[in-house]
Amino acid sequence: MVSSPSEKTKIVVGMASCGIAAGAGDVYNALKEKIEKENLPIVLEKTGCIGACYREPLVEVQTPGLPTVIYGDVSVKRLEMILEKHVKNGEVLANWVVKGEGIHTSEDALFEKQVRIVLRNAGEIDPERIEDYLSRQGYQAIRKVLLNMKPEDVINEIRNSGLRGRGGAGFPTGLKWQFARQSPGKEKYIICNGDEGDPGAFMDRSVMEGDPRSVLEGMLIAGYAIGAQEGFIYVRAEYPLAVKRLQIAIEQARERGFLGKRILGTNFSFDISLKLGAGAFVCGEETALIASIEGKRGMPRLRPPFPAVKGLWGKPTNINNVETFANVPWIILNGAKKFAALGTEKSKGTKVFALAGKIKRGGMVEVPMGISLREVIFDIGGGIANDREFKAVQLGGPSGGCVPANLLDTPVDYESLNQTGAIMGSGGMVVMDDRTCMVDVARFFLNFTQEESCGKCTFCRLGTKRMLEILERITRGEGKPEDLDKLEKLAYNIKKGSLCGLGQTAPNPVLTTLKYFRDEYEAHIFEKRCPAKSCRDLIGYRVIPENCTGCTLCARVCPVNAISGERKQVHYINPEICTRCGACYEVCNFDAIEVFSPVELAETVDE
Amino acid sequence: MKVEFSEEALQQYKDILQRYPEKRAALLPTLHLAQQEFGWISREVMQYLSELMDIPVTVILDTVSFYTMFKTKPSGKYHIQVCSTLSCALRGSREIYEHLTSKLGIQAGEVTPDGKFSLVKVECLGSCGTAPVVQINDDYYEGMTPEKLDKILDELE
Ligand SMILES: Cc1cc2nc3c(=O)[nH]c(=O)nc-3n(C[C@H](O)[C@H](O)[C@H](O)COP(=O)(O)O)c2cc1C
Ligand code: FES
Repeated sequence: MVSSPSEKTKIVVGMASCGIAAGAGDVYNALKEKIEKENLPIVLEKTGCIGACYREPLVEVQTPGLPTVIYGDVSVKRLEMILEKHVKNGEVLANWVVKGEGIHTSEDALFEKQVRIVLRNAGEIDPERIEDYLSRQGYQAIRKVLLNMKPEDVINEIRNSGLRGRGGAGFPTGLKWQFARQSPGKEKYIICNGDEGDPGAFMDRSVMEGDPRSVLEGMLIAGYAIGAQEGFIYVRAEYPLAVKRLQIAIEQARERGFLGKRILGTNFSFDISLKLGAGAFVCGEETALIASIEGKRGMPRLRPPFPAVKGLWGKPTNINNVETFANVPWIILNGAKKFAALGTEKSKGTKVFALAGKIKRGGMVEVPMGISLREVIFDIGGGIANDREFKAVQLGGPSGGCVPANLLDTPVDYESLNQTGAIMGSGGMVVMDDRTCMVDVARFFLNFTQEESCGKCTFCRLGTKRMLEILERITRGEGKPEDLDKLEKLAYNIKKGSLCGLGQTAPNPVLTTLKYFRDEYEAHIFEKRCPAKSCRDLIGYRVIPENCTGCTLCARVCPVNAISGERKQVHYINPEICTRCGACYEVCNFDAIEVFSPVELAETVDE
Repeated sequence: MKVEFSEEALQQYKDILQRYPEKRAALLPTLHLAQQEFGWISREVMQYLSELMDIPVTVILDTVSFYTMFKTKPSGKYHIQVCSTLSCALRGSREIYEHLTSKLGIQAGEVTPDGKFSLVKVECLGSCGTAPVVQINDDYYEGMTPEKLDKILDELE
């Protein structure tokens, strides 16, 4: 859209957590000050995350007569240039453009392959202003539901859309609502699960920060459908900005009558409160979450009874994930058919993924179900950082698994991903390259589950600890031949002997890495070698004399003074002192430091 | 020193109570409030809350120890949390952590003798797209390198 000449320039600064951490606050404040001081004809606004976190701070500039563009990596200095060249002289600074109409950038594929339903407003609206939401069909879905639809119609619509829970397990949402509706009882509750503890996941945070009202509206619709009067949003306390924006959204909704008694003049009354977690991963599990809202230790309990029958304070309760709720208003407004037209036979609509790890463009993307992992990682994510080689992608965090390179064409749908041994999960995608050790990856996740196990089930508590010990010893080069069998046996027992999903899925990262990367485990155990050259106990660093210019940089950064050498002379790393932290490797400008496996070296010397 | 909520906190506490059908459900939000108010949850704080809320101290202790966010030790003026989960580790959080331990002379869980800094390792902070991430008090710092971190720490008073 080209703005008409009579309007002022509008500048929108991305102010989600990712933007603020990258310095968007400074940019915003500098701009605000400048506008006030120089009385510039500029309208300044802020918005949530548009997903290109790796280019934050992002600033959208809408100057009359020019195409609307989004600039990336905007510093206060760049901002000056943008004001001077773009706003004043009407020149688009093409090199800094991340996205712009009619401007081709290397980022085009990032946006072209995405379909934004959940993120339809994120990055487009100011999440602190209800007016922005209203201007984009906000609260129209609840209006439609309350005025034209019976609760059963709503449930049918959601069922027909094929929407499945985005919190991990993929249970059909409409069916879940139906169970809660059918449960006898006058008092019922809606809970939104915003605990998002999966390492590598930050989709829900972005939705709550960028478009909190879609979540509220989804909860309202669910409340009407099942006959609930009250809702809770359980948010990780580590997400202060999400908490703040949800709070603002709730207060504004109350003021405008979208929450509270007799909503839109009907008999439907519904209110929502926030409940903060306190740093326990297991609280994301629905029964533990309910216990936590009740003020208890967040321990899971056996199901059935399911929350739909006996939930919060023993009342029928429907619990869904943030992203699940954010889909709902769109489905109501656009129809189940349109939603079901996207995706595969059993996985409909879109899925939001958080791209992280060794990927070029870390950030958030929303893609239609059925797209291949390859497209997500290479076309949208831009491939592997530093153009290294792709090794695997980990999906679903500690409950999920790794998918290796030869399965990159697997489509993103629940069943296909399960077949690989991984899961859809909540949406974390951690990409690994040839320098990532897969045993170490498994160790990471076991360390996580072992710490987060609530301790109720013996197998989960002690079994994960045993697995972790074995993995630690393998990465130290002290693995024993029988360790792999032991890991598999423990995995089987933990899966069988655990009450909740945490234990039942905890062994998955080990099982999938064992399935696809057994040779790496074996190299550690039998050859005392880490093929990725990542495990510190199994590698060494040394100087390549031909490349070393004697610049002394490595000697200066070495934290333990293990490197010696005169200026302009070849340097030497003392293996006795070296802690193999890799600092020298990172700073060397001449590729003069290499990582090697001491055992391989010994072999070549022997020959 | 006597531990007591300020007038304002007491009012907030009353608001919290109103929201729940049971007192027990107000415990978590009240603990958050207490941590804001007192900085950390000491024995005295638990005793005070026990009397205020009429919940046994053992129950409070049990809850506090379950949730990692409640601090049972005082932290430094600047509480540094280094994410050490996979996505951050893949992008160098271990180097960041080691840099901090050698710079500050403390390990995870410790406070510098002058009380200025405390250091902990934490699980995923939910900002993995721009890893590695360090949180200092309420602020996130992303895409960290030892050099950037030095600059940030040097600017803290
Ligand atoms: C250990 C564990 C942690 C979980 N964490 C989350 C979470 O952070 N967010 C979430 O939405 N669901 C989480 N779940 C899944 C919930 O139990 C529940 O299935 C989900 O909130 C239902 O919502 P949905 O049907 O919309 O997916 C977790 C499950 C387990 C076993
Ligand atoms: S892994 Fe560090 S922020 Fe997620």
